[in-house]
Amino acid sequence: MSPTRERTLLPTDEPLSLLDKDGSPVAGSPLVMPDDDVLLELHRRMVVGRRFDTQATALTRQGRLAVYPSSRGQEACEVGSVLALRPADWLFPTYRDTVALVTRGVDPAEALTLLQGDWHSGYDPCAHRVGPQCTPLATNTLHAVGFAHAARLKGEDTSVLVLLGDGATSEGDTHEALNFAGVWRAPVVFLVQNNGYAISVPMSKQNAAPSLAHKGIGYGVPSVLVDGNDVAAVYAVVREALESGGPTLIEARTYRIEAHTNADDATRYRTPDEVAAWLDRDPVDRIEAYLTSRGLLDAARRSAVAAEAEEFAARVRAELNADRPRDPAALFEHVYATPTAQLREQAAALAEELA
Amino acid sequence: MSGVPVSMAGALNRALADALADDPAVLVFGEDVGPLGGVFRVTDGLAARFGEARVFDTPLAESGIVGTAIGMAMNGLRPVVEMQFDAFAYPAFEQITSHLAKMRNRTRGRVSLPVVIRVPYGGGIGGVEHHCDSSEAYYAHTPGLTVVTPGTPDDAYHLLRASIASPDPVIFLEPKRRYWTKGELSDVAVPMDRAVVRRPGADVTLIAYGPLMATALETAEAAVEEGWEVEVVDLRSLSPFDDATVCASVRRTGRAVVVHEASGFGGYGAEVVARVTERCFHHLHAPVLRVTGFDVPYPPPKLEEHHLPGVDRILDAIARLQWDDEVVGCRGA
Ligand SMILES: Cc1ncc(C[n+]2csc(CCOP(=O)(O)OP(=O)(O)O)c2C)c(N)n1
Repeated sequence: MSPTRERTLLPTDEPLSLLDKDGSPVAGSPLVMPDDDVLLELHRRMVVGRRFDTQATALTRQGRLAVYPSSRGQEACEVGSVLALRPADWLFPTYRDTVALVTRGVDPAEALTLLQGDWHSGYDPCAHRVGPQCTPLATNTLHAVGFAHAARLKGEDTSVLVLLGDGATSEGDTHEALNFAGVWRAPVVFLVQNNGYAISVPMSKQNAAPSLAHKGIGYGVPSVLVDGNDVAAVYAVVREALESGGPTLIEARTYRIEAHTNADDATRYRTPDEVAAWLDRDPVDRIEAYLTSRGLLDAARRSAVAAEAEEFAARVRAELNADRPRDPAALFEHVYATPTAQLREQAAALAEELA
Repeated sequence: MSGVPVSMAGALNRALADALADDPAVLVFGEDVGPLGGVFRVTDGLAARFGEARVFDTPLAESGIVGTAIGMAMNGLRPVVEMQFDAFAYPAFEQITSHLAKMRNRTRGRVSLPVVIRVPYGGGIGGVEHHCDSSEAYYAHTPGLTVVTPGTPDDAYHLLRASIASPDPVIFLEPKRRYWTKGELSDVAVPMDRAVVRRPGADVTLIAYGPLMATALETAEAAVEEGWEVEVVDLRSLSPFDDATVCASVRRTGRAVVVHEASGFGGYGAEVVARVTERCFHHLHAPVLRVTGFDVPYPPPKLEEHHLPGVDRILDAIARLQWDDEVVGCRGA
């Protein structure tokens, strides 16, 4: 735990931050500003992540992805939380957290396998210490708590970060998970990316508590409210929470700039003014302004990062534009450790059908 | 193992104790399974013997129990969890069907979940609403789950050991009205995918499992008076299904009746009838019949005897298989 801040159950009234919306340092913040090299890395990963996100959105228009839930606008949460993880820690993401996955080092094509419709999960969870992306809302919170409790039982120094949305906080599993985590003092961090909407349903119809962070109080879980567009602050609170050795609930206030997915029409439930106000608080611009004012980010580095992002996007494009072979026999391979007699029969029947 | 007869609950307790002793990765948790030993005492004494880190009470939340078991299994442990009663497992249904059953498949074999969910199920104990459901069809319908149910203490011991050793998730259905039935334990392991002929007979195959195994054997006994030799097949494993053992029996007898407590409509028996019909049609002398509970919510205790299939109802079904060869003239050579 940071010596600067006491861990309390009650969140602050206003979101904690390190940088204001123009990138100026916030005076008297109780959070510890990350080191310069960390800040540069946060910036670099956010730029790459955003470029990846636009590329993925473009690939849906070309029919290469079945669907893509964009996290544009939420990069500070996706990147700040993942970079706070130590190598031994685990991440339990949702469907929206593809940028978090690539930030963790998952191959971009493997990260998009689910959305491409090739297979349900493209990557090896154990290789990256990342659980499969969860589509049923909030179910991953319990997996995270169980995983963290097991780590504790085994004497391993592993903490777990679980990502969820504001809508998911209404699901019963979130409450069961917070309760289990509180009772077991499990080393798990719940990061709620409150982007204002669950598809079309706004916060006012989702929650009656003063904040989503307040939901931790009843479970004895220390709770933090943070500015979700301030990557330095997100990194700082997640790092502190991971190191606390117990559970933490973090609500990060942010906004999703794009629609829920490419299949959604966001103009039906929110105004252009609202979107414009949030564009004005862009998380990438903010850290850029700060780093530039500090003389840490010059034109050369900025273009180097941009070039890296372009290269990354080009790789994603190339990989997803190449048709990958699909093996129908794979349908039967991983239902059980050893296929049952029934599955062997069905595999043979399909093979015959395809012969 | 020992010549002393042990109850089914005692056999399950011994299986848990032996598994905990053999493998430090095994954990037992759920509601009231710690110091109390479970409401049916299946976990009696385990917390005292193995300590609170390995046998413990959880908060009262079934989705939480199964969901955290999934996370623990992802991290290398082998959780054995108890759902207190059949119908109280329903809050965990999403975790079971959406995640437990599918993890191996969605990760293409990279993550397996060796989790056992013990569910005391079925009626016949005078229980009130929600304490007597037969939920096997829900689980058996879900690819990725192995569903087993013992009919004897010996099977209870060995099937539970095998379930805990299995690399895949197992729904372990315990016929709660047979918890106090006694029998001897053998040293012979029981495979997780094999039915067994409990009693040989040439005239008709009676297919049963779990709580109705004992009823099926009673029926076979009573049928002797009618001059019928009833072969009783105990499925033990509901999924996967042992077509070979079942079909071999039906081909021998040419007639079959499937019995279970759960409602018949869309029930597990329909699957058995379909499989037997598809595979044994030319050996059948009569349609394969089902004797099941009625298509009603589980009745209140004072009416349950009317709902549960008993010896008479099963004998009636056997009689309906038209086995007067002289009259019907269809009994094959
Ligand atoms: C259990 C469940 N119910 C419904 C859905 C359909 N659904 C998908 S995303 C979504 C909204 C989720 O909102 P939120 O948790 O705020 O996350 P966000 O999409 O904003 O990241 C809904 C209702 C689902 N995936 N799972």
